[in-house]
Amino acid sequence: MDILSLIIFTPLLGMLALLLVPSDKKDAIRTVTATVAAIPLILATKLWIDFDPTVAGYQFTVVNDWIEALGVQYHLGVDGLSIPLVWLTGLLMFLAPFAAWNVDKGTKGFMMLVLLLETGIFGVFCSLDLFLFYVFWEVMLLPMYFLIGIWGGTRREYAAIKFFLYTLAGSVLMLLAIIALYLSVTSFDLATFANPELLSAPFSIPALTELVANGSIDGTQLANDGVLFGWPFMKWIFVFFFIGFAIKIPIVPLHTWLPDAHVEAPTSISMVLAGILLKLGCYGVLRINLGMFPDVAMDFATIGAVIGLVSILYGAFVAMAQTDFKRMVAYSSVSHMGYVLLGASAFTHAGLQGAAMQMFTHGTSSALLFLIVGVAYDRAHHREIEGFGGLASVAPKYTGITTLGFFAALGLPGMSGFVSEALVLIGAWGVHPVLTSLAVLGIVVTAAFLLWTLQRVFLGPLNEKYKSFPDVTGREIFVMAPLAFLCVLLGVAPMLLLGHMDATIEALRQLFV
Amino acid sequence: MELVGDAAAVVAEGAGDWPAYLWLGILFFGIPLLSAITLIFWGKRIPKGGDWIAQTAIVSCAGMAIWMFFDVIVGQHDPGFVWSSAAQGLEWAWVKIGNVDLSVGIFYDNLTVIMLTMVTIVASCIFFFSAGYMHGDRDYSRFFAYLSYFCFAMLGLVVVDSLFFLFIFWELVGVGSYLLIGFFYDQEEPPKASMKAFMVNRVGDVLFLLGMILCWNLVGSLQYSDIFAAVSAGEFAALSPDHVLAGWDNHALLTLSGILIFCGAISKSAQIPLHTWLPDAMAGPTPVSALIHAATMVAAGVFMVGRMYPYFTPEALGFIAGIGAITALIGATIGLVMWDIKKVLAYSTMSQLGYMMLGLGVGGYVAGLFHLITHACFKACLFLGSGSVIHAVHSQDMRDMGGLRKKMPVTYWTFLISTLALAGVPMFAGYYSKDQIIATAMAWGLTGGAANWIPLLFGVVGAFMTTFYMFRLVFLTFHGKPADQHRYDHAHESPPIMAIPLIVLAGLAIFAGGTINPLPNVETLWFNELVPQPASAAAAGLELDLEIHRPILHDDLAGDEVADAHGAADPHAGDDGHGTEVAGGDEHAAETGELAAAAGAESHGTEHAEVHTKWTNALHASHYPALGLSLLAIGLGFYLARRMYLVKLTDPAVMAARFGPMHSIVSNKYYFDEIYATGVVGSLHKLNHGLARFDKSVIDGAVNSVGLLTRFLAFLSGLFDKYVVDGLVNFWRWFVRTLSGVLRLVQTGNVRDYLMWTVVGAIILAFIMSAD
Repeated sequence: MDILSLIIFTPLLGMLALLLVPSDKKDAIRTVTATVAAIPLILATKLWIDFDPTVAGYQFTVVNDWIEALGVQYHLGVDGLSIPLVWLTGLLMFLAPFAAWNVDKGTKGFMMLVLLLETGIFGVFCSLDLFLFYVFWEVMLLPMYFLIGIWGGTRREYAAIKFFLYTLAGSVLMLLAIIALYLSVTSFDLATFANPELLSAPFSIPALTELVANGSIDGTQLANDGVLFGWPFMKWIFVFFFIGFAIKIPIVPLHTWLPDAHVEAPTSISMVLAGILLKLGCYGVLRINLGMFPDVAMDFATIGAVIGLVSILYGAFVAMAQTDFKRMVAYSSVSHMGYVLLGASAFTHAGLQGAAMQMFTHGTSSALLFLIVGVAYDRAHHREIEGFGGLASVAPKYTGITTLGFFAALGLPGMSGFVSEALVLIGAWGVHPVLTSLAVLGIVVTAAFLLWTLQRVFLGPLNEKYKSFPDVTGREIFVMAPLAFLCVLLGVAPMLLLGHMDATIEALRQLFV
Repeated sequence: MELVGDAAAVVAEGAGDWPAYLWLGILFFGIPLLSAITLIFWGKRIPKGGDWIAQTAIVSCAGMAIWMFFDVIVGQHDPGFVWSSAAQGLEWAWVKIGNVDLSVGIFYDNLTVIMLTMVTIVASCIFFFSAGYMHGDRDYSRFFAYLSYFCFAMLGLVVVDSLFFLFIFWELVGVGSYLLIGFFYDQEEPPKASMKAFMVNRVGDVLFLLGMILCWNLVGSLQYSDIFAAVSAGEFAALSPDHVLAGWDNHALLTLSGILIFCGAISKSAQIPLHTWLPDAMAGPTPVSALIHAATMVAAGVFMVGRMYPYFTPEALGFIAGIGAITALIGATIGLVMWDIKKVLAYSTMSQLGYMMLGLGVGGYVAGLFHLITHACFKACLFLGSGSVIHAVHSQDMRDMGGLRKKMPVTYWTFLISTLALAGVPMFAGYYSKDQIIATAMAWGLTGGAANWIPLLFGVVGAFMTTFYMFRLVFLTFHGKPADQHRYDHAHESPPIMAIPLIVLAGLAIFAGGTINPLPNVETLWFNELVPQPASAAAAGLELDLEIHRPILHDDLAGDEVADAHGAADPHAGDDGHGTEVAGGDEHAAETGELAAAAGAESHGTEHAEVHTKWTNALHASHYPALGLSLLAIGLGFYLARRMYLVKLTDPAVMAARFGPMHSIVSNKYYFDEIYATGVVGSLHKLNHGLARFDKSVIDGAVNSVGLLTRFLAFLSGLFDKYVVDGLVNFWRWFVRTLSGVLRLVQTGNVRDYLMWTVVGAIILAFIMSAD
């Protein structure tokens, strides 16, 4: 079996294996889950090492026929854009069972869903067939719904259904776009078409990319030449895909599911949600909106940058007004994801690299922030920022790692977030000068709400209620330390990551010149 | 420029070939970093809290710096000394993607070496002083960890060869400052002060970042050598045609970029209007105030302006001069009325940093940077002295002090020496640097319009105030009768570990000027000889506005001379453009000629030379008048301070009353804090809460409304389903059932009844048929 399939399906097999473990053997369940989750991480690491960073195209590709009647293929592959995210998924999903070690209610079901979720996420990042991509996209949705809806906080059902419906609404649009593309391709006459082999797989991302690029697909294959309400076919396809992904990113104003989902979700799930699931949206925008429809993307450049800027500023401002620790972190994610759109809308090398790197760096730093919130919540059973105070006096290690995490999140030089944000700003300023200059306001406000939180929760005189607040445990350090380490490592030596993405990003940029 | 892949490759290919200077550069920040890491993780388990590790680390850095000082400054004594690792292909490609190359190497010139020496010596003094001052603190080892970390960042800032890396370390020193201001984290004030410091600096830093991005767009690199090469050739990349700034010429873009970059220095060096964090930063332990908030970090802004000097256009320099002049004056005025000994010193620092900026801005490159070095020595001494006093009387309020001179002789004498140096009394170090600033400001006034006199005016008034507030401080603290007998009785001289650093720094406060000749030839002062003024942006052949440009033209000649000297003396640089600022000199001469021809200005070169002569003459002419003005200011300040606080002929309260409203404005620090608290922070909170409400009620409200609407529609269709669709079905059921109920009445099952109905039916039928 090829390495990508192994990475994708090992968690699924692990899930089935968990069925054999009795429900009351909770430690056994946790151990099995963690062990199973370690395998994709090891494989992803091997993938990272074997990956050839000088090649721009897809590597480790697998192509098999799946549903021949429709031309659906089991088509996998990774390039510089997806490989960091595959590895990040491996890491976070390995840490998730440890973060969820204290889940006692329905441990077995929880861990099984986590493993199913992992398969879905890996699948999305590795799929090169839109049908397969869509299937994995939906596979991911269900476990998430149950993980929030069953193991969440007091308003879990509201949050879960909101998350589910929102994502579903987006994926319906995506499905429409996929079907429209499929219909266009299948309308070609195989006998007269110049490159008939391109028509054999109507869902294949590489084939579709080429068909769009050489102008074959232009909507004229469909009724009314594909024009709908005065807009050409391509624009609709682009917008449908974009909305589907934008909900996941999320952009303002499609973001309100995020704070609710985060606040209600258990710590480990928040970590995965912020660390990876948001990246699926960004990944989709880069892979499909930019990669497949570069010409349309250029028409939307300013709109994309404006959306990015609004998300950056709005997310930061609203985050600062929050009184709930976790809600604040959730809104900071909205703000940080705005940089991805801003960078991507510049179509410069630095902007695209910054956007791609921001996905990874935010994946580590936001996951770390949610773990930090989880530590406080586990001990105090509330998340009111004003309800703490002076924790540094009793929990110095916790304070230290929080300080590190906050500095990573506010983009301090020497930490990974700085590199990606600086690249975005450098890359975007030449194209969107006014928007980029305004975006730096977000940097200031982000620093303000993070440091203000640090001051209110950790510094100042100790709140007597928390005289015996226990410092972080070994398990918590084990989960947080790798993320903190990555934040520093990539801040000091960003080429470790950028080097792997460079060729792919350069190829992507070439589409826009 | 040759680039070597990444550090790993360099190491693999032969770290053994690395020249000693490169090793030194890495060790300068590497050793303190190691010390910091060791102490933060294992400090509490190391004997004596590991203070000896931090001290060993910084002393070895000082040793290396002094070795370099003797090797370079004393040994080579070459004004054009430049050593750059990048010139030898030794560079680390930190980020190298597409057209973005952010590589870093080690860069030395005389300024770097002098800065390194100053920072490490002052830091060493403070590290030892701290061992006494912080003795017994429960976070003793954490304190040394943070101090080491700060030194790592500060030394890194000095040795790197790129503006981008300067920025990186610039932010890292800010973190050191944040951590150390908030060192007493369980108290109310320090965490707030530390956050304020970080936030105010963040504002300046993002503007710095924008300026840097603009610079990158113009030059395509942020390496000093590349920037200066572009400036000296006057060649810049064009912005894309639809860019909002596309209509600006290079000169304007350079000015904008320079001012934005300078904004970073405004916050870092506590210039108006981003100075408010510095006085609050005194909430940190006093050695921190001495090291970070007086000697080194706050001076980083001045160092940066000096380092980037050739990049600043005359307009940008004019802006710098203006900000510096205002800061010098405002800082001094507030210093007059403070009662907290550290606050007086803080405002004094702010004011002195203003002097340095003023000096740089009016074209006194040497004067400004020289003042940076001398000020670091005596201001560190003053802060440590105040620490020694605070340590002894457990109060920072000067109204609790008095008469301490007898109890603390070492502190008193070192403090007095540093005060004299700060006031600029001849024969002390501060005199040699400050006087040059005043003289250059006067030359600037002489050669320009009325507005050009402002820096001189503010500078001289500020000098008067400096002397006044410093002697007020000295008299209130050390002279007169003890204000608080109890505190006085318990006061004692500090132990040797605190006293010796004071003596070392006081020694520097005397000798850092390099001479004790009260009337020296400025040209032959060691600093003037070794740190020549680089050619500035104006020399790049950008359109010269002769009215404003004089100070800069002054450097051109110096640049030429230096380039020659440099070419002869330094075999390393020169062939690859790494001669940085000085290498541009020769090219520039040709460049200027071409441009003059192109512009049709028949004798640009002559005009150029004329202006240069005019400037040099003005500078020479200013020398003695400026000295006279300074001495007058000093004398007046001393006289007034003595009259009010020592012999008490004039009651300070009466003076305060006489200046009524002005006094209250100054005492309230011109209400900057209040304006920011309501105007900026308050508005921000209002905006945040407004947006959060909008988010909750409008955006999420819309989402929930869609949900509700869907549910309502579902309810309606439920009703329809129940009453219309299902209702129709049920109607038929009902109808059939009712009908059948009626019909059932006749279905009795009795034959007799059926017979009866048959008969009735037959009768009815008979009637109907008969009716026809």
